[in-house]
Amino acid sequence: MKVLLGIGGSDDSMRALETTVERTAEVGDDLTVAIVDNPSGERSREEMEARVTELLDERGVDATVRALDGEPGSALVDLAENEGFDQLVLGGGETSPMGKIQIGNIAEFVLLNSHVTVTLVR
Amino acid sequence: MSDRTFSDAVADPYDAPPLSFTDKEDRTIEVRAHDGSDEEQEALVEMYDAFDPSDRAQGIPPGREDRIRDWLENILDEDCLNVIAWDGDEVAGHATLVPDGDAYELAIFVHQTYQRAGIGTRLIKALLGYGRVSGIEKVWLTVERWNRAAVGLYQTVGFETSDAESFELEMTIRLAEPPDEEGG
Repeated sequence: MKVLLGIGGSDDSMRALETTVERTAEVGDDLTVAIVDNPSGERSREEMEARVTELLDERGVDATVRALDGEPGSALVDLAENEGFDQLVLGGGETSPMGKIQIGNIAEFVLLNSHVTVTLVR
Repeated sequence: MSDRTFSDAVADPYDAPPLSFTDKEDRTIEVRAHDGSDEEQEALVEMYDAFDPSDRAQGIPPGREDRIRDWLENILDEDCLNVIAWDGDEVAGHATLVPDGDAYELAIFVHQTYQRAGIGTRLIKALLGYGRVSGIEKVWLTVERWNRAAVGLYQTVGFETSDAESFELEMTIRLAEPPDEEGG
């Protein structure tokens, strides 16, 4: 399966990255990791790239890593639809101090606009 | 998450618990602050364990007893404020304020057996009264926009919508004037 993982610099992106690389190692998906600018993320692009490379090496997974410019949600949907991906994977949101699940703006946009199947990692 | 807007106006001062009233089903309901005891915590676990999953809000209460216990452990912490509505020794509802920077996040749950009896309004007012006497200045919450009963309840007690751009609405209320050093 051709999988596009979109990550910004937030904690839920990091969890999605770990889970997806793990799954790719098990089932051998064709994985592309797209790094986007998430203004609410705590990590820089460089930090994200370094973490992606480190995880891929650790698990011996081969994946394409790309940096996406522009509006993250639309850039991810565009890429997923135009390059024939089967699935678009994103972080599944953060939890509030109360423990409520809160979906980020990027995930909201992707859920409402993507014609490609979307997976939110919890 | 930190740039929420709060009204400049202070909301109505509600009475702090303990208080008691007769609900629309003629049940005597007592509202008290959580006393920190294991007995009360167990009564809450029982209420949430029997909670209808269709009344969950953004993943809470969780749906398994061990997760309910983890979640309660977190929100019954001593820096949180908790009030419980009791029908005898059974929990009818529970409302909580959890610290989040200089504000508090609010949530309220009324067990299905006790809904539409006026308990939610009394319970949330008691929690806000408790918050006010405890020196809490600002409270926020999120609510799914389709949940009209809840949105109506929050508006009734003085919450105003502060962010309507996400799946869920964010609402805020001010319980006290900002301290002078904020220059407000």
